[in-house]
Formats: sequence, C-alpha cells, structure tokens
Amino acid sequence: MFGAHLTVSQSVAPLLLESYVEYASKNQALLWDLLVNHIIVVVDSVWLALLIGIPLGVVATLDDRLGNGILWTTGILMTVPSIALFGLLIPFVGIGEIPVVIALVLYAQLPIVRNTYVGLTQVDSATIKAGRGMGMTRRQRLWRIQLPQAVPVIMAGVRNAVVILVGIAAIGAFIGANNLGDPIFTGISEAYPAAIVVSTVLVSLLALAFDYGLGVVEQLFQLRNGESVDPALLTRVIRRSIA
Amino acid sequence: MNDTTDSPTQERSNMITFDNVTKVYPDDTVAIENISFEVERGTTTVFVGPSGCGKTTTMTLVNRLEEPTEGAVYYDGTDIQELNTVELRRDIGYVIQEIGLFDHMTVGENIATVPELRGWEQDRIDDRVDELLSLMDLPSETYRDQYPTALSGGQQQRVGVARALAADPDVILMDEPFGALDPITRTELQDEFLEIQARIDTTILFVTHDINEALKMGDKIAIFDVGELVQYGTPQEILANPANDFVKQFIGADRTLKELQITRIEDVMRSDEAGRETPATAVDGGAGVSEISTGSSVHVSPDDTADIALSRMIETDTEALQVVDDDDVVGVVTEQDIRDYRTATEVGA
Repeated sequence: MFGAHLTVSQSVAPLLLESYVEYASKNQALLWDLLVNHIIVVVDSVWLALLIGIPLGVVATLDDRLGNGILWTTGILMTVPSIALFGLLIPFVGIGEIPVVIALVLYAQLPIVRNTYVGLTQVDSATIKAGRGMGMTRRQRLWRIQLPQAVPVIMAGVRNAVVILVGIAAIGAFIGANNLGDPIFTGISEAYPAAIVVSTVLVSLLALAFDYGLGVVEQLFQLRNGESVDPALLTRVIRRSIA
Repeated sequence: MNDTTDSPTQERSNMITFDNVTKVYPDDTVAIENISFEVERGTTTVFVGPSGCGKTTTMTLVNRLEEPTEGAVYYDGTDIQELNTVELRRDIGYVIQEIGLFDHMTVGENIATVPELRGWEQDRIDDRVDELLSLMDLPSETYRDQYPTALSGGQQQRVGVARALAADPDVILMDEPFGALDPITRTELQDEFLEIQARIDTTILFVTHDINEALKMGDKIAIFDVGELVQYGTPQEILANPANDFVKQFIGADRTLKELQITRIEDVMRSDEAGRETPATAVDGGAGVSEISTGSSVHVSPDDTADIALSRMIETDTEALQVVDDDDVVGVVTEQDIRDYRTATEVGA
C-alpha cells in the first residue's frame, strides 16, 4: 500500500511543480503587475499609518488615562476580522483600493502606536532629567531626545505592521483590490491550485523580503543609537560601504 | 546674565541665597525645613550628608527641577520664581551621577547641546567643543565623532562635565558626579576638576555623601541631617569645631587626620622672612633653617599637607623638616608647629 502511495505522489509531484512553473511563466506580466500593486498598497498604507500612529503614540505618553484609551482602541481594532472590516467600509467608500487602504491603516495602528508609546517611555529617565536640567523644553526633549532614541523601536513596529499588512492586503482582492490576492480568489472559485500556490508563495516572499529589509533598517538605527546588536549580513555590508 | 545690572553687581558677592526654604513633597514628606544660607560667587560649596537628608532636593531647587513650598531662593540677587525656568536652566550647568548623555548623539553633539539651545553660531560652537575636549583630556580628533556608548565610564563623565561647562555657565550643579566611578577614576576626575575649577570663575554646588570628597572639593561645606542644615562652614572650621555629635560622627574617628590632610604646610611652617621675599637668599639668610637636617633629601613643599610632613617625620625619625619650594629653602616645620597650629584652630572658635 505504501509503495502504491509513494508511486502516486512521485509521479504527481513533478507534474504539479511543472504546472506551477507553467502558470508562473504564462502569467509573468500579470503577476509582476499584481506584485507591484501589492507593494504600492502596503507602502501607501504604512506611510498613512505612520502619519496617524506616531502622533497618537506621542499623545498617549502625555496622559495615562488617554494613553490607555488609545492603546486599548488600537488593540480592539486588531481583533475585527478583515473580511468584516472590508464589508463595513463598503457602504461608506465603495469597493476597490480605498477601503483596502483604510483597513490596512487601521490594522497598522496597534504595532505603530504601541511601539511609539513604548519607545518614547523607555528612554532612560536620567537622559530626560539631564535634558530638563539643561533647559530643554518639553517639545525639545521630544524632538531631540525621545523620538530619535525611539526610532529603532518604532521601526520594529513598522516592520511588524508591514508583515501583517502584506497578508491582509491579499484579502482586499475580495472587495476589488487589484493585487496578488486576486489570483488566489480566482484560483479558489475556479479550482485552479497553481494560481493559488504561485500567488501565495509570492505573497510570502514579499512579506519575508519586507521583514528582512526593515530589520536591516532597524539595526542601522540601533547601531546609530549606540545599541549593541548582532548585525545581519546586509547591515554589515551597508555599514562598511558607508564607513 | 549678570552684565544686565551694573555697579551693585560687584558688591553683591552672593550668587545663591536660600532664605528660610522648606520643601514638602506631595506625599507630605518633608525634604528640607527652614534652610537659610548663602553661596559666595566663584566658590565651591559641597552639600554632604547621609542619603535622604535633602541635599539633592536643596540643589534641584536652584535650577527649579523642584519648587520650594515655603521661602525663596535667590539667583544673583533675583528670586528665581521671577526668572524664566528654561533660561535659568540654560544658565546653569548640570552634572548628574547617572551622567545622562544622549546616546544617539556624538560626543561633540552632546557637548554642543546648550550652546545650540542658546543659538550660538556653528563656528563658535565647534571651537568651544574642541576647547572643552582638550580641557577634559579627550583629544578632539579621536573623541569628537564617537558615540558615548563607546567610551568608558570615566570618559563619559568627562563628557558630562564638558557638556555642563559648554555655555560658560555662572553656576554649575553637580549631583554626586563621580559617585558611580571606580575609586581610581574618581580620584583622577576629582583632581582634574579641581584644576579646572581653579581656572574658571564659576559658582559650583556639589552634592556627595562622601565626607572625604566634600573636604577635598569644597571651599565651603554644608552638612545635612534629615531635612536640616546642621553646619555650614569651611572644611577647616568644620573639622576643628564640629557643631554637634552628628557632625562628629559623620566626619569619623580620624577627624584629626582629616584636618591634617587639608592643612597646608604653608600655613603651619615658620618661614624665613627674607627667604620668602627673595628666594635667592633663602639658604644664606636662614641660618637656623639650614642647621636642621642639612643635606638631607627629606623635605616638604609649601603646597604639601601636614599629614605628609608628619608621615616623613615618623619615617625618618626626625622632629623637623625643611620646607623647600623650587629648590629654595623657604622655611621649617616641626612636629610641635603642627600640634600648635591644630590646637590654635580648635580653640579659635
């Protein structure tokens, strides 16, 4: 029985792989466009999320109760299922890229606001005291000490957010966003595994690439701030080429 | 800040005045109660006492990191409540035990903080940073562009002191600045700071819990016991006449030795008058001096302290030493001179 099973999978596996390669090469141009769209929607969303999330993180440090409220709200947002959120947005903004971007901005708030808050509040109290004692105003302490020292922590939040967004953006294809989620949904409805597998692999590779790239950026900021890190290969290469 | 007022400034020699100051924290802890004293311009005053005695609180009232509950603190004759907090702080250098360097900035950028806040021109800032780095024995080429985390603790606190000196402050507050350093580095920094202090005309307030550091660094010492200023005077006054048992105990059983450690031979020795005026004639004019241990290599300098003289006397089993300054004999000191001097200061009060 085992023998029979093995022969089947051995004969099927190369066949499957061939079908993936065939799908990928046939739809090369389309997949490339979808990948670019996918990147654009994620990057746009992260920029917007930063514009909203960093100020919110700063505000959260000003008052304990307000801060708790803000962090709690971003946490709740994260628990809303993405399909439901898309559905809730359609009556207001229709279908397509816009509701997807809005949803992605909302999902990015938890990692970005929380990491901004943590980054700002974990700055050594002696450093803040020195800044106060030297006559820095609250605003100057924020801009000259707290934010620069929080940058690596905020970057970690961005990295976290981007990886989440790459996955959620794919679901956005369900409400008409034109990205790598599209062939996945098509593949499901038309029982076409090659489309699902190839697109999913691309989505995962994109997430991994973002994760690594932003990890390097985070390390560069950490090194810039005098923190000790075990630098990744690319971090070392960049450091050496700068020096 | 002090050139805004004219003639009275010269007469007014008090840089900081505490007038009946009480500080009670919101949790009803009384940090200090009814403290009054004056700090003379250009001097170093050390606040010393056990932890929780209110010495740090007293210091932070000066740069308004804390506000007095009652009474007033005057800065250069003005009630600090009338001064702008930010401007006041930029006028006062601040060094803390935890150092508190900005790790994301280079050493140079750290030192430039207050000059930048005050809007100095870049050239002036650059020159000042180089000047301070060489003053602190940290060559600019090597250290200016380094990040603080790459430096040792002692080097970091040197940068901390340079940062406090950067904008030529009228007053510097130092809160246990050398407390976290190892004993050797601490002594090094103390000595360096004494040299710098002699060159600048800055009023320094210095907090420590170490009586030896207080005796070494201070022109005046303020001894605190839980919320109370128990004695305020020069190291000599305090060692010779401790105000009460607490002070006596705080100074320790070796009070007399400590006194000798800060007694300079110059003040104890019997000088050869002619020799003092014209050092060239010292040996000829001081016949009496020359008789004592002539030819001996054992001698002391006027800058040495009495404990060193005593130590050499015991070491060589003599009772008198020549005092030699730059190869010239300027006087003589005997064991009895040291005993007499000490007795005189003690009774004097």
